[in-house]
Amino acid sequence: MDKLNLELYKKLYLVRRAEEEIIKCYFDDEMKTPMHMSMGEEAIAVGICHALKDDDQVFGTYRSHAIYLAKTGDVEDFFAEIYGKDTALLKGKGGSMHLCSPDNGFMGSSAIVASAIPVAVGAAFANKMAGNGRIVTVFFGDGAIDEGVFWESLNAACLWKLPVIFVCEDNELAVHTPKSLRHGYRSISSIVADFNCRVFKEESTDVETIYRLAEKAIGAVRGSGGPCFLDLRYYRYLEHVGVSEDFKSGYRSREEFEKWRKKDPVEQQRKKLIKKRIKEEELDKIEDGIAERLINSMKAAQSAPFPGAGEIEKEVL
Amino acid sequence: MGGSRKISYCKAINEALIQEMERDPRVFTYGIGVPDHKRIFGSTDGLVERFGPERCFDTPLSEDAMTGFGLGAAINGLRPIHVHMRVDFMLLAMNQLANMVSSYRYASAGELSVPMVIRAIIGRGWGQSFQHSKTMHSCFAHIPGLRVVMPTTPAEAKGMLIASIREDSPVIFIEHRWLYYAEDEVPEEPFTLPLEKAAVLRPGKDITIVATSWMNIEALEAADILNKRHGVSAEIVNARAIAPLDDGVIVDSARKTGHCIVADNDWLHCGFSAEIAARVSEKCFGSLKSPVSRIGFAPAPCPCTRPLENCFYPSAVNIIKTAEKTLKLKEADLSEEVFYSYEHKFKGPF
Repeated sequence: MDKLNLELYKKLYLVRRAEEEIIKCYFDDEMKTPMHMSMGEEAIAVGICHALKDDDQVFGTYRSHAIYLAKTGDVEDFFAEIYGKDTALLKGKGGSMHLCSPDNGFMGSSAIVASAIPVAVGAAFANKMAGNGRIVTVFFGDGAIDEGVFWESLNAACLWKLPVIFVCEDNELAVHTPKSLRHGYRSISSIVADFNCRVFKEESTDVETIYRLAEKAIGAVRGSGGPCFLDLRYYRYLEHVGVSEDFKSGYRSREEFEKWRKKDPVEQQRKKLIKKRIKEEELDKIEDGIAERLINSMKAAQSAPFPGAGEIEKEVL
Repeated sequence: MGGSRKISYCKAINEALIQEMERDPRVFTYGIGVPDHKRIFGSTDGLVERFGPERCFDTPLSEDAMTGFGLGAAINGLRPIHVHMRVDFMLLAMNQLANMVSSYRYASAGELSVPMVIRAIIGRGWGQSFQHSKTMHSCFAHIPGLRVVMPTTPAEAKGMLIASIREDSPVIFIEHRWLYYAEDEVPEEPFTLPLEKAAVLRPGKDITIVATSWMNIEALEAADILNKRHGVSAEIVNARAIAPLDDGVIVDSARKTGHCIVADNDWLHCGFSAEIAARVSEKCFGSLKSPVSRIGFAPAPCPCTRPLENCFYPSAVNIIKTAEKTLKLKEADLSEEVFYSYEHKFKGPF
């Protein structure tokens, strides 16, 4: 039995199913938080987070459901947070865009494009000073490349040889604006390659491929101490914010989506497992188990109490 | 036990840095020019020799990223001190300050703390013009999650810097370049001063002058002249803590004197002076014998040329004239008085 691929699949399924459960309930308008859905990017989040050690650290963006779930293994706190409940770590102060679980190495996610990148570089500096061997991975979209602070941060990490992995999750869109309207250059990878930084480029939606690539990048960082840049392509299934499709709005076509849908990371991994002779019934059982946990934690989140008014000024300073 | 001796404001900052970096290996100092031959006007003297380039280093010209860098280091166990030669350069880091540094503790339910100090130097005079002359404390103070302090005396510089370094939340520490020359008694041993309280700089009974940073020096001069010319005893309250602000000392003084002038090293509109005026009005309404008045920068970008620059910055003269008006005194002829002029100490360039 292929243990690695099964473990990867469990995480993929958990992430996809968690978002499907969100969609089912979102229009009840009880989750009052702007959802930026991960659907389509699961292979990147799962592949990389699975390759990291538990005490390695990651930073995310407002589109971090997949990264958070893949890195932390938490579900209960996640649902409580997006329902804004007292039982969540942040007691609903953060919502969908600001997830945080330092004990699980998820160091935070920011809703200002590119703004977590320098924070990740500083965290990597502290790890290097402590000599604790931890690697920091920071996820961001191709829109972040447009921001000055990305270049400032990349430069500093390369200059000081810091153990950080920059992961560009390239969906070719900054909200709705394509790269052709934003980029005055041909290839981000070739520019970054001119820095003292190892660059890896991949367009696959196969989680195992991403996992192997992440292992290579982690090995390079642990070996050299310096940073890596991962240029990874994916397709955003849903609208920028919200839980619906938006192919009718005209800025992209359903045909393009269908092309990517054929190599959907979750379904593809399922087929791979069946090909590897894992019984379908066994997969069904695993999926049911995951779904049960998700549905139960969602119910728990729905019935949990809201934070009291006394919470508002706590932990400001 | 060490005693105290007279040292400069600059030396007091330097001593605080050295003593804290000796005490705590997690503390490091970084920023543009920190270890260069000018040593941030001398305030970072000896750090790189003593603590090495890992704990005292120069950076690329990347204020925004370097602020985020400090935040990342702070949440991961270090205690960064980031230095800006001018507060105006910090505006390049406003995103990290207002969106990240200020809210990180909140965004982690207190699991992560941000023990970070940002030292920023403010200037005045000698043709600094409009991009090297701001103070910005009101802007920073507006944002919950940031501490803002502006020490005036050498002892405050040392005690408040040590307290800032030991504090687990981010502190913006604003130093006036002209105060660097001020000398006063400062204890040799490390000590801390509170970060949220004002202090009475000169006791008095007739009128309260609440001043920030350099305006305390102007207020001292004004107080001497008010006493000499009118027999007025002015109490100067040094608003060394900007945010959060325990206004007890200010309110007590205004209640006692019944008159309050706020002399802020900043523009007036939506500024710290407005905050003080509001609090004094709210809390001392029944005791006030006159409305609170405010003194600050002219509502314009700072001009370069000296005659206009003189109109931009408030001085002891403005304080005296405002006090005379407030107390309904006849205007004194000040033509024989000698006021502070930076030419005594300073030849430039900055």
